[in-house]
Amino acid sequence: MISANLSATFYLISGVLFILALRGLSSPETSRQGNFYGIIGMVIAVTVTFLSVGNFESGFFYVFIFLLIGGGIGAFIAFKIPMTAMPELVAGFHSLVGLAAVFVAISAFINPEAFNLGFPGNIKLASLIEMSIGAAVGAITFSGSIIAFLKLQGIMSGAPITFKGQHLLNALILISIVILTYFLCATQSSNLFWVLIAVSFLIGLLLIIPIGGADMPVVISMLNSYSGWAAAGIGFTLENTALIITGALVGSSGAILSYIMCKGMNRSFFNVILGGFGATDQSSKDKNKEQRPVKSGNADDAAFLMKNASSVIIVPGYGMAVAQAQHALREMVDTLKKNDIKVSYAIHPVAGRMPGHMNVLLAEANVPYDEVFELEEINNDFANADVAFVIGANDVTNPVAKTDPQSPIYGMPVLDVEKCKSVLFVKRSLSPGYAGIDNDLFYKENTLMLFADAKKMTEDITKNL
Amino acid sequence: MEIDPFIFRLSIFILSIFVGYYVVWSVTPSLHTPLMSVTNAISSVIIVGAIIAALANSEGKIFNPSTLFGYLAITLAAVNIFGGFLVTQRMLAMYKKKKKDKK
Repeated sequence: MISANLSATFYLISGVLFILALRGLSSPETSRQGNFYGIIGMVIAVTVTFLSVGNFESGFFYVFIFLLIGGGIGAFIAFKIPMTAMPELVAGFHSLVGLAAVFVAISAFINPEAFNLGFPGNIKLASLIEMSIGAAVGAITFSGSIIAFLKLQGIMSGAPITFKGQHLLNALILISIVILTYFLCATQSSNLFWVLIAVSFLIGLLLIIPIGGADMPVVISMLNSYSGWAAAGIGFTLENTALIITGALVGSSGAILSYIMCKGMNRSFFNVILGGFGATDQSSKDKNKEQRPVKSGNADDAAFLMKNASSVIIVPGYGMAVAQAQHALREMVDTLKKNDIKVSYAIHPVAGRMPGHMNVLLAEANVPYDEVFELEEINNDFANADVAFVIGANDVTNPVAKTDPQSPIYGMPVLDVEKCKSVLFVKRSLSPGYAGIDNDLFYKENTLMLFADAKKMTEDITKNL
Repeated sequence: MEIDPFIFRLSIFILSIFVGYYVVWSVTPSLHTPLMSVTNAISSVIIVGAIIAALANSEGKIFNPSTLFGYLAITLAAVNIFGGFLVTQRMLAMYKKKKKDKK
């Protein structure tokens, strides 16, 4: 048994180590050390908790058993998961943090003595409020992440689910959560506590179903933020510095990522949250109905163009992940480099289904990270490049975002792909992208459409080089 | 009058938000996916609450409703801690390859 002051000091240390873990991610060189700091911080926090409880009876044994079961499952998943499934994995993990927060809150509510929070039916007011916030946010994180997971996994359709009065219903439920919390604090009734949790689960579901598949980068970041706030809420209940610091870090991290993602789509946070995007843009679809001529080619043409180029910029998107084409792409690039062609990669902030998704996939395919550039870094280079190779991206290359104020994506930052001497566009068909609008790029003079599966086309080009 | 300890915790909380704000803005965009998985892992420090709940051992029983929720929370948080840190490690290891690959 160690003193409360000593354990609080250790919790502070592990909080600082968590800050260093995030700090390490400022560059790939320091990132692995950062992750190591994070692990040390976690080991300290868990060890100190054991020592401060100081109850080494039989319960201790079971804690280890459950720790090992969970840890084993986690380790297994971590080693088995393919990199393309990272968005699903992260969504799944968020749901677990949320549920764990709910369970800890329930446990504290049933047995407040264990946490020095008072007695059942007479819990300290501040603790009860903190507990309710932790439980409610945790429950929202859990059910919201489950929906996000199902949508990403394709079990549930990625199309937005909307119905009449949706926003009103959500608003009423959110208000009812506040009222429930008030009455819970006034009466200490355990029934109200259960109702509060149930209603929070429900609102988590309702908040995420109207948001479409391509807005998932925002949703995942947002749920990441929620899981942080839930942890912070529990941290206040338990008066635990490590949890409070971590909750604040994770909360602000997720919020910043959501902001970056929204900016990448030139949409406000509320616009994304209210959902329904991509389902309501019928007017712009009808307008472009007339058939326009497109030039299409095969792998041979593409190989010819690239062989005669001196610089090529690759624009990967979610389609590359779906087709698992990153390794084939890397092989193609290797062949190009052997012919002394300069190759770089251009990544749009919202390419893929989560922040940084494309970067991880390219890293997995052994693409050196100093050949991969963000939108602002590379956008001016398109004018000087010979070939742009668009693989699995669509809306993020649409020049309409710069030219047509009527377009739903007007103002969104896009990659200036059309400025290249020639554009190779790998796509299965001419169907519009997620925003539901036609891509002007398809019909440009200098665009050659390559209608095929991304992976197969890339392999064929490599053969022809 | 004495200051309520809550105020101290609130101070830590608010200041940590600011620390988080500046630290996360300095994270390079190419590492945003590992950022999410590592924040996932560290937010599972909620396991400390789960351990306290599980070991509370009131009424001399190891398993009662309160500890049972604690054990469940331990399992969930442990999945996240091990899964989160290991998958981050796996991703970051891939970022190793750099300039020497170039011709």
